[in-house]
Amino acid sequence: MKKIEVNKLTKVFGPHPKQGLKLLKDGKKKDEILADTGMTVGVNQASFSVEPGEIFVIMGLSGSGKSTLIRLINRLIEPTDGEVIIDGENITKMDKQSLIETRRKKLGMVFQKFGLLPHRNVLQNVAYGLELQNVSKQEREERAKKTLIDVGLQGYEDSMPSQLSGGMQQRVGLARALTNDPDILLMDEAFSALDPIIRTEMQDELLKLQHRLNKTVLFITHDLDEALKLGDRIAIMKDGQIVQIGTAEQILENPANDYVSQFVKDVDRSKILEASHVMKKPKVLTTDKDGPNMAIRKMEEVGASSIFVVDRDDNFQGLLTIDDAIRSHKEHLPITEMLRDDVHTTAPNTPLDDLIGIAADTKYPIAVVEEGVLCGIISRVSILSGLVLGKEKDNEGATS
Amino acid sequence: MNYFQLPLEEWTNTFVDGWLIPTTSGLFDQISEWIAAFINGVTDLLIMIPPEIITILLVLLAWKTAGKGVAVFTLIGCFYLGSVALWPESMQTLAIVLVSTLISVIFGVPIGILSAMNSVVDRIVKPILDFMQTLPIFVYLIPAILLFGLGGVPAVIATFVFAAPPAVRMTNLGIKQVPEEVVEASRAFGSTPKQLLFKVQLPLAIPTIMAGVNQTIMLALSMAVVASMIGAPGLGDTVLTGISTVNVGLGLTGGLGIVVIAIILDRITQGLGKKL
Repeated sequence: MKKIEVNKLTKVFGPHPKQGLKLLKDGKKKDEILADTGMTVGVNQASFSVEPGEIFVIMGLSGSGKSTLIRLINRLIEPTDGEVIIDGENITKMDKQSLIETRRKKLGMVFQKFGLLPHRNVLQNVAYGLELQNVSKQEREERAKKTLIDVGLQGYEDSMPSQLSGGMQQRVGLARALTNDPDILLMDEAFSALDPIIRTEMQDELLKLQHRLNKTVLFITHDLDEALKLGDRIAIMKDGQIVQIGTAEQILENPANDYVSQFVKDVDRSKILEASHVMKKPKVLTTDKDGPNMAIRKMEEVGASSIFVVDRDDNFQGLLTIDDAIRSHKEHLPITEMLRDDVHTTAPNTPLDDLIGIAADTKYPIAVVEEGVLCGIISRVSILSGLVLGKEKDNEGATS
Repeated sequence: MNYFQLPLEEWTNTFVDGWLIPTTSGLFDQISEWIAAFINGVTDLLIMIPPEIITILLVLLAWKTAGKGVAVFTLIGCFYLGSVALWPESMQTLAIVLVSTLISVIFGVPIGILSAMNSVVDRIVKPILDFMQTLPIFVYLIPAILLFGLGGVPAVIATFVFAAPPAVRMTNLGIKQVPEEVVEASRAFGSTPKQLLFKVQLPLAIPTIMAGVNQTIMLALSMAVVASMIGAPGLGDTVLTGISTVNVGLGLTGGLGIVVIAIILDRITQGLGKKL
């Protein structure tokens, strides 16, 4: 079963939201409705679903409606239309009391500006969710202390929020959301107010925590790098509408429209693309059947000065250069004795980022090896073209 | 400019004499009785306790809330009130101020909370507050006497009308000033409206509410002389006697007494607002 299911969720701000809704359903655009009626469309018929244990990122620029959307999920803002279903329960139709119960038990939320209670110390802040549920002081403080350890804040129980740095305040915010032990974390630009280094640190920690606690996370951000790093899947929003949903790969490689491609244009591809995306199938020499003559001929064919050698089962053996092949031919030595094994090898899932340095150092291509089997080779050219063009276009270039 | 005749004077008199007083006098008599009992109780208590003990309590309170300087001032101030032989009058004034302030807070804070949460209430309350603050005091002193008779009770009522608005306004402001993200966070974790109010909004609004209470006390004291015109006892009465007998010295003595009480109460409530 889906953890969260959102169907045609819509929010129109203004005096007559129903009228705005009708205009939306007639296919009017956000700015047309604003010009005609003065009403603002916050979210326009957004639909998506989130799997249990998934990190689902909603990304968009400011004003795209992403913050409104996340507030519609727990009804901090009342939706105009559409439905939100969590664990099969329709949130949008709930009465006040069940809504409060759902917020208490199932939904933890982390805010961009932290939203800590300034008159309470760290421990009381973290225990706040349980306090609302009338959990005894002893039990809630015990549980709060445990989550404080989880987020690396032990020893700060008695500090006031104002005494902490931004990064630490957000750890308190995260701890507060985790103390209730909810299934779902709603994170509204949770790391956007933090310094870049702290932000990266928090992202890594969220990934670790998520791995350990297996929460379902709905994460809002305006930062594409953050979205690509955290998101199992990403939804891109514009003008209140979701314009594309997909994995980081899908969005980078097949932007749904110009807006998305504009967005992903500046992404640092070196962090997203992996060795397997840019590697090519090499011409290889098979130790069992091919000799030096064959080697020289194959090298001549592709215009290279070296060739990779595998055994019958495609297991990687080494590299044969043209000089060694000629020597082997002249001196009648088996090529297996001439192989170089000082070639760089790498796994298919290595980020390109890590390969740039190696590629600059070596004059031979890098061998991509998985469990001993040679899957492909990466030359300096393919790394650079991968960075500039992305893998798909690069492949096209190779075939045409 | 009198294109048509507006008989507001007649209407008002007919309304007050013909309907308001006959139909509601029973109710007002009852209210009058309660307030009178309240004022008398507080006054009797303040006069019964030896001045030395009240002085010590005030000095300690000033020290705790506002520091050494204010404590010293309070001590000197109390000695002044004693040595110009105005201690009982001071306690009577203090009693009326405390009772009016208490009534102002009991009504003002909840109304302020309601108006902060509900824009309809806010729209109704605002013009009433403007009316209460700007209508010349003497205009409502007359009906106050008619309804509650002479003495401390109409004085408290008139003081309430004049001094309650800051309590309402500052409570409203204090609640509205609570950062939106804090309120949102509390709601997101499943607070009921009551929990939100008592665990988040009120605690964070307390300094602002205390500033309102402080203003209420100051306004109540500034009403002391006017209140004496309708028969309230206390330092205002001393000043009034000074005026009517052209006794400048007596007027100054009583007036300074009011200033001393004002400064002590102001510093203590301000200090309290910062502490909370």
